[in-house]
Amino acid sequence: MNDLIRKTAVELAELMSSGQASAVEITQAHLDRIEAVDGAVHAFLHVDSEGALAQAAAVDAQRAAGEHLGPLAGVPLALKDVLTQEGVPTTAGSKMLEGWKPPYDSTVVQRLKAAGVVILGKTNMDEFAMGSSTENSAYGTTHNPWDLTRIPGGSGGGSSAAIAAYEAPLAIGTDTGGSIRQPGAFTGTVGVKPTYGGTSRYGLIALASSLDTPGPCARTTLDAALLHEVIAGHDVMDSTSIEQPVPPVVEAARRADVAGLRVGVVKELGGEGYQPGVEARFHEAVELLTKLGAEVVEVSCPHFQYALPAYYLILPSEASSNLAKFDAMRYGLRVGDDGTNSAETVMSLTREAGFGAEVKRRIMLGTHALSSGYYDAYYGQAQKVRTLIARDFEKAYEQVDVLVSPATPTTAFAIGDRVNDPIAMYKNDLCTIPSNLAGNAAASFPCGLADEDGLPVGFHVMAPVLRDDLCYQVGGALEAALADQWGGVLMTKAPELEVTR
Amino acid sequence: MTVDVVEIDDALAQYDPVMGLEVHVELNTVSKMFCGCPTTFGAEPNTQTCPVCLGLPGALPVVNARAVESAIKIGLALNCEIAEWCRFARKNYFYPDMPKNFQTSQYDEPIAFNGWTEVVVDGETYRIEIERAHMEEDTGKSTHVGGATGRIHGASHSLVDYNRAGIPLIEIVTKTIEVPGEKAAAVARAYVSMLRDLLLALGVSDVRMDQGSLRCDANVSLKPSGSSTFGTRTETKNVNSFRSVERAVTYEITRQAAVLNSGGKVVQETRHWHEDTGITTSGREKSDAEDYRYFPEPDLVPVAPSREWVEEIRGTLPEAPSTRRARLQAEWGFTDLEMRDVVNGNALEPIVATVELGVTPAAAKKWWLGELARSANETGTELDALGVGPAEVAEVQKLVDEGALNDKLARQVFDGLLKGEGTPAEIIEARGLALVSDDSALIEAIDRAIAANPDVVEKVNSGKPAAAGALIGAVMKDMRGQADAAKVRELLNAKLGI
Repeated sequence: MNDLIRKTAVELAELMSSGQASAVEITQAHLDRIEAVDGAVHAFLHVDSEGALAQAAAVDAQRAAGEHLGPLAGVPLALKDVLTQEGVPTTAGSKMLEGWKPPYDSTVVQRLKAAGVVILGKTNMDEFAMGSSTENSAYGTTHNPWDLTRIPGGSGGGSSAAIAAYEAPLAIGTDTGGSIRQPGAFTGTVGVKPTYGGTSRYGLIALASSLDTPGPCARTTLDAALLHEVIAGHDVMDSTSIEQPVPPVVEAARRADVAGLRVGVVKELGGEGYQPGVEARFHEAVELLTKLGAEVVEVSCPHFQYALPAYYLILPSEASSNLAKFDAMRYGLRVGDDGTNSAETVMSLTREAGFGAEVKRRIMLGTHALSSGYYDAYYGQAQKVRTLIARDFEKAYEQVDVLVSPATPTTAFAIGDRVNDPIAMYKNDLCTIPSNLAGNAAASFPCGLADEDGLPVGFHVMAPVLRDDLCYQVGGALEAALADQWGGVLMTKAPELEVTR
Repeated sequence: MTVDVVEIDDALAQYDPVMGLEVHVELNTVSKMFCGCPTTFGAEPNTQTCPVCLGLPGALPVVNARAVESAIKIGLALNCEIAEWCRFARKNYFYPDMPKNFQTSQYDEPIAFNGWTEVVVDGETYRIEIERAHMEEDTGKSTHVGGATGRIHGASHSLVDYNRAGIPLIEIVTKTIEVPGEKAAAVARAYVSMLRDLLLALGVSDVRMDQGSLRCDANVSLKPSGSSTFGTRTETKNVNSFRSVERAVTYEITRQAAVLNSGGKVVQETRHWHEDTGITTSGREKSDAEDYRYFPEPDLVPVAPSREWVEEIRGTLPEAPSTRRARLQAEWGFTDLEMRDVVNGNALEPIVATVELGVTPAAAKKWWLGELARSANETGTELDALGVGPAEVAEVQKLVDEGALNDKLARQVFDGLLKGEGTPAEIIEARGLALVSDDSALIEAIDRAIAANPDVVEKVNSGKPAAAGALIGAVMKDMRGQADAAKVRELLNAKLGI
């Protein structure tokens, strides 16, 4: 029974279709695991045992009735708490939304439900997805299953930690500047940021509308691709959703072939400031790809150096506007409503109490950057940089099929290490941010453990818009080659978590 | 609060008014601007809402293509250029009935811009330049409860209805309007009235000012006569009738003149219009520096109407009201003066509708500019708010044509209609107004008249048939007006052998 939690989504699906395990058994195994280890990991903010078991039972009934089921039917999943699920508490990691139960399902959740995926619960995250460590959650920090004294990355630390801790085989994250890929790298799991508009944002509590992208988290490339296929595709409810077929990601993950593929190593993403162990594993992975037949060249993207400042103007600007709706009027927290205060005062008191320090910092930054007299210098300029970065990508893709870099400059840092240094924290997203600004596809795949700390290193693959399949092709090839070296996926190297129950 | 004003003539002797008009039009699309919620007016509060128009966390807007089509229609009808590529922007400000605390609007990239139109006042044509027509969404509606005034001050609590939140609006903004001062207020009124006709003709809005589907903000400033330096402007918000537009502009001219004459400064602010007292009062101060932190709405892709589509829409536009007026005048055979009276009396559309029901233009004009316009004037309402429509007018006129009513009786029927006494038939029945067509009753009355007026009969018999008129009058009096005068003459002539 207990070994059910070690299975990949693909393996679980096989067990179910061959009748060796039911969705209810599988779901229960993961709920038990959550109960056993989540006290130490704190990946979940809300576990919906009842709802999950009911969904699982429904899938079992459908299977018994001989209905045609999707490849992930009955497989459990952990959902980042930033996506609405009807009737299930959704907080975006903020006090502002404590106890709020959305009256509607996000498109991602609708598609998961339609595919029979079992949603176990909502995972922890930095408040309103602002952060790179999940230390900004209003509900406490998530711990990295590889080393509980470390952060799991952010903002989707809960989602990645949940799959790394075997609490779920699959998870959904959202990536605005690296919030799927960076925690993926830090937890030794696969994290994919699909092409912007390739997955629907409807029901995703917005951080920065022009950057946010929901995507899959998994322990293997194929699992991620299967999940990608479930949640991707055009959505009439999202104006920015792309009206194009979903790229053949599953096929690409299965093919896992890089022979003849042109791979560009981004010159600007490496060197000074990068942890030696990270660089070493990255270069080994590049060599591995070369051995597998890829053609590797160095590529320059000169405007990437401006990505971080541009991002930290665009994101807070959009966020300051997106978060304006949290005014204590209609839902969520309300402070000071004792009949003596004006609506404006209640709003101020609520925001003071409901928003954390990082959220306030970014709202102030964004409000300033958009204000008249500063707009051109800040927001306008940042948008120009964004265009230049997109052009860097375009030029690079004239030479190569994919671009690669380390996913993060370092491995997972210690809890508390960077909380008082926002700039150091922001720098962690150096490699991931350009893809968000350009809107193209990118993913992080485990590529080994850093020598100095034994922690996972992420290999970052970037591909053109709607060529998400290329990321999976590279990830799949790398995973297969490394599995030969390690005797399995990287996750099998993770230390056993102490079961607290 | 009392505010000193000067006489309008004195104000205009010293200052030239400058106006700018912003008209908000609620479109009559079936669904809202950014979601599929219905837009029916008057529904139970908060029954026409969804996560999108309530601005719930995670919800996203999607542009209503029909609203874009309506915006293009309006732009074309106002001779605007239609943008090949335009965007929505967020206008960030706090308002309790605005769910997202930003309004999705258009800012520097409106769908229509650089247009013009014309209005006619007292036979003179004035050209109004259109700055832009842009798309945006309406806000919800607050009701302040527990106070005496219905305003937020003094209220114990406020209720918010989000049914209106997200209804598509088009804001039509004029460039600066500089017309001879004495015409300013009338031009403002004529412009709004013209817009209403136009929008109605386009079929894009119900343009019900009483329901707020057409709202006018009037910017007014004064500059000393002959000067080229603009003064400080005020913006009088949400003026909700044509008459009020005229009154509000006049009031602001007289108020600002008084302020300037006393050495004061006009404060740049929004002002509230008070229908009952005919004055404006200070709203919130509004400086140029008001910072809405506009930026392109990242949740919406740009709107790029293809030229083919624009031309297709242009092909569906109805005749421009000015062209149509000229055509109707020719068809109806009205003089310039008659047509001007019709237009100035806002009676064009009712007359068109009445004529369509088979009434002659002359008869339709007679009723609409006579009985009905008089009543509208006396009660301070618009013609279309009287409760008497083209159908009633046509029905009454039909009875006149059939000889069942004469004009005098018809006027009494209208009186009954205006007082809400029922249908024409019911009023005729209740008030006993039908013409007597029974020959025997008429003959009896004629006999009585002949018997009572031997001198008149004598005159007729002595070769003065015109004298018979007195007998007709006597018969009509006898019949209390309820006789067909022509019939009486016919019968009388037969009797007297004329």
